[in-house]
Amino acid sequence: MIMKTIQMLLLRCALALASGLSCTSLAWADGDSSSHADSSVTTRASLSGPEVYRQYCMACHMADGEGAQGAGYFPALARNGNLAAAGYPIYVILNGLGGMPWFNGLLQDEEIAAVVHYIRSSFGNHYTDAPNADDVAIMRGPVPQE
Amino acid sequence: MTDRTYLTRRQLLKAIGLTAGATAMYHAMTTLGHAGESPFSGPPVLSGAKPGTRVLILGAGLAGLLAAYELRKSGYDVEILEYQDRAGGRNWTLRRGDQYTELGGATQRVDFAEGNYFNPGPWRIPHHHRTVLHYCKALGVQLESFIQFNHNAYIHSTEAFGGKPQRWREVWSDLQGNLTELLAKALNEGQLDLPVGVEERDQLLQALQGWGLLDGEYRYRSSLQTALRRGYSHAPGGGQTAPPASGPLLDLNDLLHPSIWRGLNSQLVYNAQPTMFQPVGGMDQISKAFMRAMDGLPIRYNARVTHIAQDNRQVTVTYVPPQGGDATQVSADWCICTLPLPILGQLEFQASDAMLSAIRAIPYSSYTKIGLEFRRRFWEEDDAIYGGTSVTDQEIALISYPNDRFMSDGPAVLLAAYTTSTKDGLKLTGMTPEERIETALSQGEKIHPQYRKEFLSGVSVGWHRVPWQLGCRARWSDQARQTHYKALSDIDGRVVLAGDHVSYTPGWMEGAMQSALDSIHRLHQQASAA
Repeated sequence: MIMKTIQMLLLRCALALASGLSCTSLAWADGDSSSHADSSVTTRASLSGPEVYRQYCMACHMADGEGAQGAGYFPALARNGNLAAAGYPIYVILNGLGGMPWFNGLLQDEEIAAVVHYIRSSFGNHYTDAPNADDVAIMRGPVPQE
Repeated sequence: MTDRTYLTRRQLLKAIGLTAGATAMYHAMTTLGHAGESPFSGPPVLSGAKPGTRVLILGAGLAGLLAAYELRKSGYDVEILEYQDRAGGRNWTLRRGDQYTELGGATQRVDFAEGNYFNPGPWRIPHHHRTVLHYCKALGVQLESFIQFNHNAYIHSTEAFGGKPQRWREVWSDLQGNLTELLAKALNEGQLDLPVGVEERDQLLQALQGWGLLDGEYRYRSSLQTALRRGYSHAPGGGQTAPPASGPLLDLNDLLHPSIWRGLNSQLVYNAQPTMFQPVGGMDQISKAFMRAMDGLPIRYNARVTHIAQDNRQVTVTYVPPQGGDATQVSADWCICTLPLPILGQLEFQASDAMLSAIRAIPYSSYTKIGLEFRRRFWEEDDAIYGGTSVTDQEIALISYPNDRFMSDGPAVLLAAYTTSTKDGLKLTGMTPEERIETALSQGEKIHPQYRKEFLSGVSVGWHRVPWQLGCRARWSDQARQTHYKALSDIDGRVVLAGDHVSYTPGWMEGAMQSALDSIHRLHQQASAA
């Protein structure tokens, strides 16, 4: 009985480690209560392109894809020539750029493909070639450790 | 600590370092009580500055203000350029009448009662952040206790205890009690080997029993003994009132949910341990104190830097008004640049490739904070929570209660969300201010059902949308540290960077201030040698 309980405990710990929860201990080091990584990324239901945009991208690129200008700027996605090849936004989303964080470890391959298709076919953009999850997977490196 | 002590100790350490090497010096430093904590060992002594040496500082946050303060004291001719119409940077407090316009154009007007405030940026000072504490004392910033951990505040998980918030003291006590009971059982049944170094089985059993509050049979049970730590269902009364009674224990299965021990750990990390401090009246008292101490400091507000050029004689910085207009140039012998990396990376900056690569390699975090004002202190009046923090696994992450003016009547403001995860921070930042407040209300009322009835107004800051920042704090990956940290902190020609992003404590005022001290120290050496 007792050994079973202890085995359960160990199993839980192992599961927690396997699901990436161990990373959160690093975020605690500076007093943050949560991690930059999303431990549920591989298990949660996939979001659609517009849902990903709304939850992850709109904070900076704005609802209309026009970006914003302050002391620095968030680039507009509307009429953005860098979107001509899908590989560019896939690379930037996976790895980050300047102040923009990496989304490797936060978004699923399917979600990155979906949001890239969304931004390339919205805000006045009309690219029709939709990338798929494999196009993302092939560009994905290891998730950076913080 | 006086300068004299500092010099003596430093000279001593230097002598040890020269004769016996770094290991001996580190050992000596540890013995003297320095190396284990903050590296701060007193204000800098920058003697022998060449008269008339001009230093231009970009950014009037804490790093810029501290650099200006110390360089000025040492005889340098200092000037600051600042994008905003105020000094302080993220050392920032919002009060009644303040107005804040975020990127995207949404404007919030703060409508809190007189005396109430909200710190969108830093909100607490650990006792080991000696640089911040030193300057608070030196500049007369009055400090009071900041309470992080309150045993009577709540831990709330949507996935444990049926979503019902629990008091920290019960959770902590029962987790400790249950785990020690398990270990004691295993040990008693010969299923646990003694750890190396422990020779007496009884010694270990006794520790488990005592620390876990286990009974004579090594069981953790609801009793007046365990109630000493976890509290009572009926507290001890006087006279003929009810005698004390202990309540039911929490379920081990719930206690083991990751959100519970993660929440507990978040309250116990080094940077959150007591004693912590906050300035009386809001965090911006620190930057205001620097400004008071530098009465007459030349500072050009509303200056958006567009170019930083340099040659072997001087630095020339070009700036324009934030809303556009004529460019102005200003030159100096040296420049200390404290601009946030997302902004600096977009300027035309004449620097080495290594420096520019470093600047453009570090993303910023997506922290979001929401302050809510309520009609009354229901957390005190109804829940007996005086200061401290409740934690939840929802997007708001926590509720931090005011640590001042306990038991006062009238409206009070609490920190209703401090969202640090990238996922949740981006989601909240992408909302309108009204949607953010609705989120804080709908998630907060799961802990405090009084929320809706008592709510007055709120204000929110998603740091990616702060026009002068574009993100909250540098996120250093291990790889980026190895590749870029040295280049980012090196003096590049006549420019050196400073700020929390050039520290191992990003996102803390201590990091900004230590970086500033280190940068001016090295700049002074170089300027003196030139």
